[in-house]
Amino acid sequence: MFSVHTDSLERIAREMRCNVLSMIGEAGSGHPGGSLSCIDILTALYFGGVLKHNPTDPDMAERDRFILAKGHAAPALYATLSKAGYFPEEELKTLRKLGSRLQGHPDSSLVPGVEVSTGSLGQGLSISCGIACGLQLQNQPGYVFTLMGDGECEEGQVWEAAMFAAHRKLGNLVAIVDGNGLQIDGRVQDVCNPENICNKFAAFGWETCEVDGHDIGALIDTLSKIKAADTNSPHLVMAHTVKGKGVSFMEDEAGWHGKAPNAEQLKAALDELHTENEVTA
Amino acid sequence: MSALCLDIDPSIKLATRAAYGPTLANLADSGMPVVAVDADLTGSTTTAKFASAKPEYSARLFNCGIAEQNMIDVAAGLALTGHIAFTGSFAVFGTGRAYDQIRNTACYSKLNVKIAPTHAGISVGPDGGSHQMLEDVALMRAIPNMRVLVPADYNSACAAIKLAADTSGPVYIRMGRAAVGQIYGKDVQLNMGASCVLREGQDVTIIANGVEIKEALEAADILAQRGIDAEIIDAFCVKPLDEDTIIRSVQKTGCALVAEEHSVMGGLGDAVANAICRRHPVPCAFVGMRDIFGKSGEFDELMHYFGLDAEAIVKAACQLCEND
Repeated sequence: MFSVHTDSLERIAREMRCNVLSMIGEAGSGHPGGSLSCIDILTALYFGGVLKHNPTDPDMAERDRFILAKGHAAPALYATLSKAGYFPEEELKTLRKLGSRLQGHPDSSLVPGVEVSTGSLGQGLSISCGIACGLQLQNQPGYVFTLMGDGECEEGQVWEAAMFAAHRKLGNLVAIVDGNGLQIDGRVQDVCNPENICNKFAAFGWETCEVDGHDIGALIDTLSKIKAADTNSPHLVMAHTVKGKGVSFMEDEAGWHGKAPNAEQLKAALDELHTENEVTA
Repeated sequence: MSALCLDIDPSIKLATRAAYGPTLANLADSGMPVVAVDADLTGSTTTAKFASAKPEYSARLFNCGIAEQNMIDVAAGLALTGHIAFTGSFAVFGTGRAYDQIRNTACYSKLNVKIAPTHAGISVGPDGGSHQMLEDVALMRAIPNMRVLVPADYNSACAAIKLAADTSGPVYIRMGRAAVGQIYGKDVQLNMGASCVLREGQDVTIIANGVEIKEALEAADILAQRGIDAEIIDAFCVKPLDEDTIIRSVQKTGCALVAEEHSVMGGLGDAVANAICRRHPVPCAFVGMRDIFGKSGEFDELMHYFGLDAEAIVKAACQLCEND
């Protein structure tokens, strides 16, 4: 049912992947792996009609909130916000450079559309809990969407927030886990396995589900149904993803967590994404 | 000497923490969007008194359980939706346990989060060294965007909480458990970046805050009997520090003694020394905790044991004036 729509969304996602790689290449540092793994999730949220937002009025009271808990995926967020019109795409090439608004990790005091500065892992879900409480206190209709890493779930604070959200019945909170299975030191299951993340959140009282994190149509369907359901329980969506998605030599490689492609690698990556673009166009 | 000292009854002793919940209720009564976020210490921090002041205030207290990191970031989220979010807990947990949350979220995003823990310093007494927070001012002072207030008594604690609510962005308010006599009148108002000259003198400038104000005032009486005329400055605002008042005073007296219920590292003493070094170098002495943890005991016993009481201030001031 999403076929025509998702074709254009997939084109947007590919363009954002190209932007992510180009800006990290230009910067000479950054986090391509975890940025590429969450692009389709961001596409579903911002361009698939899930997230209520307004680039011409970023502080619109009735908006939904998006919190990038895994702040190192800043390039993905910047690619998304610029594509949506929060700031010019031209600015992406200033990533990580002195004087740029586009800090290595998102700074909410600088970039329109960034709700709060992130970068220290484990805090985004708690911040989102506070926003969800605040919206409830004000009888505001907005939802809070948080994007976390699966490695991030090793942070103890995530579980403080998991307990709190269920206890406070924060039905307006949706946590999405970018489950790419990798972290800096290797496979999440080998470093210090937090699995089964879904079961653990469910044990705290969350409603949980799993989805293919690269199936934009399925993501839109899942997230839209959560918004329509209007329950008293917070929601966890485990999105199964591939780190480095879209670039064959980066896919499922922990080494691409925090390393910029050199000029040759960047060209190969962009060629691959452009070829894919042409084939499906 | 000051109008601030009129209308007070020193026999009435109250802890600075007792100001917390009732003042939050007063602020809510005045229409401010105040919320309290606590971590299983709503009775001790008195945020329970805020929640019970009016039926509708109970929804404005968020008890996170024993989870201080979550507490700070929940407050951050509440601030992001337009609330003035006050956090509680004991100072050791409300600052140290949640330092990264205070730094990277509340301060980095310059959110309207007030870090207002109680039970700071050795005034916690019998709970011992694990609970006697003596580095909190140093921790909070070092973070950009943070302001640091250390009130001396109940009335100035009320004023400090109001000042924090009126100030956009993060503010640290240090409150204690020990009941202390009144120093300020009930209508005292504090200003950010200000200090208060509680006693004028010619021979030595004593800069103090918190529970050390009472000790400094007692010390000044004893020093007067020994022919030393001490000026007492309440540096209730450690950051931004009222350097001008301190420098004017030491230009007159020629020496400075700083007294704080805190480590001598990174707190008021270092802030004052920094200003004096840059602007008008004079001999300085420091009364504070000497790079050691506290231990169990009653508050008064500990003040004497660790050399923080009026007697210790008198001794340090006499040495300073002799050497001067």
